Amino acid sequence: MHDNATSPSHGEGLAPVENDFIRILKKRASSVAFWRGIASIVAFTLFWEFCARFHVPVIGNVPAPSEVLASLAVQIKLAYYWLSWADSMIRIFTGFIIAQIIGVPLGLFLGANNKARETLFPIFEIMRPVPPLAWVPVSVIFWPSAEMSMIFVTFLGAFFTVVLNIVEGITSIDIRYIRAAYSLGSTKRDIFWRVLLPASLPSVVVGMTVGMGITWAVVVAAEMIATNTGLGFLTWRGYVAGEYPIIVVGMMSIGLAGYLSSALIRYVGAKFTPWLKTR
Amino acid sequence: MTTDTVANGAKGVSVGLPGAPQAPQKQTSDFRLTLIRLKFWLKSPSPYLNILGLAGFLLFWYLTTEVLKLPLFEKLPGPTATLDEWLSHDPMFGISFFTLEYYQHIGISIWRVFQAFALATMLGVPIGLFMGWKKTFKDYTFPLLEVLRPIPMLAWVPLSILMWPGREASIVFLTFLGSFFATVLNTLLGVESIDECYFRAAASLGASEKQIFSKVIVPGALPFIFTGLQISMGYAWFSLVAGEMLAGEFGLGYLIWNSYTLVQYPVIIIAMITLGVIGSLSSLIIRLVGDKLMQWKVREAAQ
Amino acid sequence: MNTAGFETADEKSRGAINIRNVTKVYDPDGACVLAVDNCSMDISAGEFCVVVGPSGCGKTTLLNAIAGFHGISGGEIYLDGELLCTSERMPKPGSDRIVVFQNGALFPWFTVLENVTFGPVMQGVMAKKDAEDKALHMMGQMGLQGISMNYPSEISSGMRRRVEIARALMNNPRVLLLDEPFRAMDALTKTVVHQFLLNVYDEYKTTIFFITHDLDEAIFLGSKVYIMTTRPATIKKILEVTIPRPRDFRILASPEYQRLRDECISAVHEEAVKAFKAGEREM
Repeated sequence: MHDNATSPSHGEGLAPVENDFIRILKKRASSVAFWRGIASIVAFTLFWEFCARFHVPVIGNVPAPSEVLASLAVQIKLAYYWLSWADSMIRIFTGFIIAQIIGVPLGLFLGANNKARETLFPIFEIMRPVPPLAWVPVSVIFWPSAEMSMIFVTFLGAFFTVVLNIVEGITSIDIRYIRAAYSLGSTKRDIFWRVLLPASLPSVVVGMTVGMGITWAVVVAAEMIATNTGLGFLTWRGYVAGEYPIIVVGMMSIGLAGYLSSALIRYVGAKFTPWLKTR
Repeated sequence: MTTDTVANGAKGVSVGLPGAPQAPQKQTSDFRLTLIRLKFWLKSPSPYLNILGLAGFLLFWYLTTEVLKLPLFEKLPGPTATLDEWLSHDPMFGISFFTLEYYQHIGISIWRVFQAFALATMLGVPIGLFMGWKKTFKDYTFPLLEVLRPIPMLAWVPLSILMWPGREASIVFLTFLGSFFATVLNTLLGVESIDECYFRAAASLGASEKQIFSKVIVPGALPFIFTGLQISMGYAWFSLVAGEMLAGEFGLGYLIWNSYTLVQYPVIIIAMITLGVIGSLSSLIIRLVGDKLMQWKVREAAQ
Repeated sequence: MNTAGFETADEKSRGAINIRNVTKVYDPDGACVLAVDNCSMDISAGEFCVVVGPSGCGKTTLLNAIAGFHGISGGEIYLDGELLCTSERMPKPGSDRIVVFQNGALFPWFTVLENVTFGPVMQGVMAKKDAEDKALHMMGQMGLQGISMNYPSEISSGMRRRVEIARALMNNPRVLLLDEPFRAMDALTKTVVHQFLLNVYDEYKTTIFFITHDLDEAIFLGSKVYIMTTRPATIKKILEVTIPRPRDFRILASPEYQRLRDECISAVHEEAVKAFKAGEREM
C-alpha cells in the first residue's frame, strides 16, 4: 500500500510527478479493491464500537472508537501529548543515526574484509538471538542516565540489523561485477567505492527499514519500563491511571509515528538507489 | 567421432536418444562429503579466526569488568562472576544449573511461546494462503492488516492486559500478535511470488481450483512460509520478553527484570544467554522441520 | 457448436486449428497497444506448425489465446471445427491444449514421476498406480529412464524439457503448444532435444503449435513455417517445408534446406529491422 504512495514522488521532474500522483489517486479511487478496503475498515470500526457498547468479552474491554476519538480530540490540544511525540522521536533518531554512523562503515568493512569478518562476525551471531529488550536492565546499569540507556537500547536494535544486512548484501554480490570491474582496470579501492558500496546500498536500505521497525518496538517498551516521558509512557500511563482511551490514542500515535519514520527511510532510500525504480 | 554417436543415437531407441542413466543420488556419500568439508574447513583460517574473535570478546569483557574495573564497566557483572553463579551448587541468588527455579522459568517461557506460536501458525498460515488464493478475500482483509501492522507489538502491552482476564492470557496474546502478522504476511508473499507459469501449467494439465490450491499454492509458498515462521519465532521471543518484563510472574523476561530490581546482576546475564540459546534452538527446530517438508529445496541446494 | 466448412475431428487426426481474423488489443494503463491485427491461419490436424517472428510481435498472444490464458478482442479461433474463442468467450485452460513454457514449468516440489503423472491423476482419469506405470513405460520409450525419483532441479535442462514434453503427452492432447521451449539452451543440448521432439512427433503425430525465433529450429522441425510481421502481428508469409520425415541433422547440409533458409531469412530480416527501429524490447 505505502509502496504505491511513495513511488511517484521519486520521479524525474516535478510536473510529471504531480500528474503521476493524481493519476494513481484517480486509479485508486476507481478500483474495487480500494473500496473493499475502506468497507472492511469501516465494518471493523463499527464492530469494535458494537463490542464495546455491549460489553462483549475480551474485545469489549477495549475502549470504544467513539471514546477514543473524544480522547484524541482532548489530547491533541495538550502540550504534553506533543512533547511525548518529540521525546520519542528524539530518542529514535539519536539511537538510529548513531547506529547508522557506526553500523554502516563497520558492516562495509566486515563485508569487504574476509579476515575481519571471520574474527568479529561470530560475536554478532551470538548476540543476535538475544531479544533487544533483554538489554534494557544491563544498559540501565551501565549508563549513568536513563536517557542514555534508552538511546543505547534503541541503538542496539538498529545496529545489529544494519550490520547483518550489509554483510549479507556484500557477500552475496555477484562475483561477475567484481571481475568485470577488475578486467576494466579498476584498483581495489575503485572496487570498494564503485562496486561494493553501490551494490550493497539496497541491503543498507532494507536493513534501515527493518531496523526502524525494531527501533520503535524497543523504544516503546523501554519507555514503558524505564522512563516517564515519550509515547510509550503516555500509553502505559493511560493504563496505570485508568484512562483507558488514552491507551488506544497512544497506540495509534505510535503506529503513525512508526509508519512516518519508515516512509521517510524508504523515501531517502529510494533517492539513493534510483536504479531500483520499477516504474 | 561426434557424428557417429549422434547418428547411432538417432536410430537407436524407438523414440529419442538413450537418456544418460542418472541414478538418484545416494545418501551414503553425504557423510563422506561432510567429512571432506570439515577437513577443508579445519585447514582454512576461518575456525581459528572465529575462536580468536570470541576469545577476544570474552577477554575484553573480563578485563574491563573484573581486572581493570573501568568506570562504567565496573558495575556490570563480569564473566567469571556470572559463570561462578551459573555453575554453583548453592548459588548466591538462587539461579544456577542446579536449581529447580531456573528450569521453571525456562519451562514457563517455552510453554508461553509454544502456545502463542502454535496459535499464530494455525491461524496465520491458512489466512495468508487464503488471501493469496482468493483476491476478493485479500481486498477485504489486507488493508486491515496494513492499518494494524505499523503498531509495534509492544505498544499492545497495556491494551492486552486490559483485554484479557489474568496475566497469563495477556502475555500469550501479546506473543501471539508478534508472530501472527509476520506469519500472515510472509505466507501471502510466498503465494504471490509463485511464478504464474505453474498456475497455468496446472490449469492446462486439468487441475481444478482446489487441486491448484493443494498442489501448487501450498508447496509453492512453503519456502516463504518457513522463512516467515523463523522470523515470527524471533518476534515471539521478542514480545514475550516485553510481556514478561511488564506483567509476568515467572519466565525469563520476568527473571531479568526482577534480578535488576533486586540487584542480582549476574542472574541478568545468565537469563540473557539462556534466552539467546533457546531462541536459536527454536529457530533451528523450525529449519529442520522445513527441510524435512521441502526435500526438493534441500536436494536443490546440494547440487 | 459445429460450424460448417471445417473438417470434423476423428480419433486419428485431431487438433486442427483455424484462426479467423483474430485481433488483440492490450489496454494496461489506458494506452492501447494493438498486438495482433486481423491474423488468420489454418493449421490442419497433425501438422507441425512453427510460428516465427521478431521478439514481442504477438506470437505468444496467439498461443495464450488458444491455451485459454487470456481472451482476444476480435475474430474467432476454432479447434477441430468447434468454436474455441471469440471476443466474448474465453475458453478454460484444459488438458486437450497443453502448453510447454519458455522457462519450463515442471513443479520443483514434485519428483519427475509425480510431475509426469500430474495430469491424469488430477483429472481423475487414471488411478495413481496406472498413471505411474504408463508414465514409466512412456519415459522408457523416450529414453528418460532412471530419473523418475529425482527432483527437477537434479536433472539437466535438456532432460527437464524432455520430461515436460512427456508430461504433456501423458494427457493425449489434441494440440501441443510450445512457447519457445528451447530458448535458453546451448547449441549442443538443442540438437539433442530437437531430435527428441522430431522422434516424438513421428511417433505420436500430435498437432504441434511451436513458437520460436530461431530460423534453423523452425525449418528443421516444422512442416509449415508461418512468418509473422512485427507488431501488430499478421501472417507475412507461409513456407511449406517439403523435406521428408523422419529427419535428422544431415538435412542441415541439403540444398533444399539452404533454399528454405535463405527465403526465410530474407522475409524475417525485414521484419526484424522494422521491429528494431520501433525500439521493441524483448518480451
